[in-house]
Amino acid sequence: MSEQQSQASMNVSDEVMIQLNNVNKWYGEFHVLKDINLTVRKGERIVICGPSGSGKSTMIRCLNRLEEHQAGDIIVGETTLNNDLKNIETIRREVGMVFQHFNLFPHLTVLENCCLAPIWVRKTPREEAEAIAMKYLERVKIPDQAYKYPGQLSGGQQQRVAIARSLCMNPEVMLFDEPTSALDPEMIKEVLDVMIELAKEGMTMLCVTHEMGFAKTVANRVIFMDGGQIIEENEPEEFFHNPQSERTQLFLSQILQH
Amino acid sequence: MIVNDKKLPDLPPPASTVGLVGWMRTNLFSSPTYTVLTLIVAYLLWITVIPAIQWAFINADWAGDSRDACTSGGACWVFIGARFNQFIYGFYPETEYWRIDVLFVMLAILIAALVYEGTPKRGWISAFTLIVFPIIAFFLLYGGSFGLEVVETHKWGGLSLTLVLALVGIVASLPIGVLLALGRRSEMPVVRSFCTVFIEMWRGVPLITILFMASVMLPLFAPEEIDFDKLLRALIGITLFQSAYMAEVIRGGLQAIPKGQYEAADALGLSYWKKMGLIVLPQALKIMIPGIVNTFIALFKDTSLVLIIGLFDLLAIVQAALSDPKWLGYSIEGYTFVAFVFWVFCFGMSRYSQFLERKLHTGHGAR
Repeated sequence: MSEQQSQASMNVSDEVMIQLNNVNKWYGEFHVLKDINLTVRKGERIVICGPSGSGKSTMIRCLNRLEEHQAGDIIVGETTLNNDLKNIETIRREVGMVFQHFNLFPHLTVLENCCLAPIWVRKTPREEAEAIAMKYLERVKIPDQAYKYPGQLSGGQQQRVAIARSLCMNPEVMLFDEPTSALDPEMIKEVLDVMIELAKEGMTMLCVTHEMGFAKTVANRVIFMDGGQIIEENEPEEFFHNPQSERTQLFLSQILQH
Repeated sequence: MIVNDKKLPDLPPPASTVGLVGWMRTNLFSSPTYTVLTLIVAYLLWITVIPAIQWAFINADWAGDSRDACTSGGACWVFIGARFNQFIYGFYPETEYWRIDVLFVMLAILIAALVYEGTPKRGWISAFTLIVFPIIAFFLLYGGSFGLEVVETHKWGGLSLTLVLALVGIVASLPIGVLLALGRRSEMPVVRSFCTVFIEMWRGVPLITILFMASVMLPLFAPEEIDFDKLLRALIGITLFQSAYMAEVIRGGLQAIPKGQYEAADALGLSYWKKMGLIVLPQALKIMIPGIVNTFIALFKDTSLVLIIGLFDLLAIVQAALSDPKWLGYSIEGYTFVAFVFWVFCFGMSRYSQFLERKLHTGHGAR
C-alpha cells in the first residue's frame, strides 16, 4: 500500500483544480455548509466521509451547481461559479458526476446514454462519439451491453455505465456521490475496481463514500465532515490510525467496529 | 442436515386447468354464484344483442333512393346512402368534391406511412405531414389560387369539417400544451404566472362559452373592418381550450420524471432546452400517452359543439337532414351513423396509442 501511495502522490501536480473559499449554504433557515475551505490539486483523490446530514453530498453538489451556495467562492479550473449560465455550463462540461442512484436515461440505450452529451454538448460527430463511448464501455468492462437499455442491467453494471457516461465528456474532475450505497454487496467490488483504476490513471476525484477500504487504497486525503463543517482533513494513514478530533474518533469507532 | 440433489422432472399441468374447458372453469363457472351470474349475463346479451343485429343488418334496407324502399321493418340505411355525399362534403360544390377526395387519400397514405414501422425516412414524412400537408390542405380546400375556385368556409361541412377541426386542434394543441406545461413549471415568475393564468382561465370556461364568445361577442367588440372568418375563430377557440387541457396532462407527466434525471442532464452540461427535449419530454410524453390520447379523443368529440355557432359538422349536418320532410322519422339511423363514424375514429386513436405504448416500452421503468 505504501508503494501505491507514494506512486499516487507522485501524480499530484501543483496546479489547483478546485478552490473553495468560505463557502456557506442554507436550506431556508437551516445552515448546511459552514465556512468550507478546500483546495483540490490536479490528480488528487479525496474521500469525504461523515455521518448522514453532515453536508458532504451538498458540498460536492455545489461544485457543479446542482445546489446553489449563498456565500463564498467556488473556483473550478479557472472559472468562478456564479449565476452566469455560461460559467455554469463551462464547469459542468469539465466536471463529471456519478450519482448514488445512477440516474441513467431509461429511454436510451447504454450507448446512446454515453454518446448523448458528447454529441449535443461537445458537438462531436456521432461516429466519433460512438467510438469514444465504446472505448470507455470497454474500460468499465461492459462493451457487450452497449445496445441494451439501462433497465436490463444489474445495479453494478448500471453504475459502471454511469461512470463511462461521465468519462465520455473527458472531464478534468470526477465527483462521486455515494456511488456504491445503492448497490447490493456483491456488486460493490466491480464498481470500486473501476474507480481504483481511474484513480491510478491520475484522474482528479472527489468521492463521498463510506467505503473505508477504498479510502485507504486510493485516497491521498480524507476529509471528515460533521454538522456542515470540515472537522478533520488528513492523509489516510494518519486519519485512520491517529484521528485527532473526538468526533472523528467516535465516527471511526462506529463504522470500523465490525 | 438436508441435501436434495435429485432434479425433479417438469410435469404437464392437470388437464382441467388448461384449454377451453379450463378457461371456462376459471372464468365463467368457478363457483355457484359465478355460474348464476354468467347465465344471467348470457340471457341479457341474448335479449339485447340479437334484436339489435336483426334491426341493423338482417331486416335492414340498403338499396334505393327514397323512403319507399324501406319496407322490411329494420334500419333504413337508404337514408344514409341518399344523403351520404352531404354528410361527407357538407355544402361543398359538387364539382369540387375531388379536392376533398385528394386530401382524404393523401392523409390516408401519410398516416399509413407513419404508422407502418418499415417506412424509410419517417422523420421527413412526419415533418411533411405536420408542416407541408396543412398548407396544401388549406389551398385545396379554400381555393382562390392555382386556378381553383374559392369555396367559402361556410360551405364546408360534414365529416370533412369535423376532420379539419379535429386535426388542426390536435396538431396545434400538443406543442402549445407542451410550452404551457414547461412554462408553468418554469423558475421565471413572469412566465410561470402567465402560463398559470392562461391555463386556469381557459380550463375554467366551458367550450360552448368559448365558441359563443368567438362567434358572437368578439365581432360585437372588434371594429367592423377586422372580420375574422368564423371557422378560423372556432379553430383558435378549440385549439387554445384544448392546449390548456393538454398542458395539465403534460405537466402531470413532467412531475412524474424523477429529479435525478434532471440532475444527470444538468451534470452532463445539457442546456435547458436540450435537457427538456432529449431527456425529460421523451420520457414524460411516453408515460402520458394514455392521457394525451384521451384528450385528443375528447377534442375529436367536442368538435361537434360547433353546431352551436352555426357550423355544420358531421352531427349538425345529419341533424339538419333529419328535418327534411322526405326523411322524417329516421333519426335512429342518423344518430347511429354519426355515433359509428365518431367511434371508428376514436377507437382508431385508442388502438394506436396502445400500440405506441407497447413500442416505446423499453421495459423496466424509469429510475
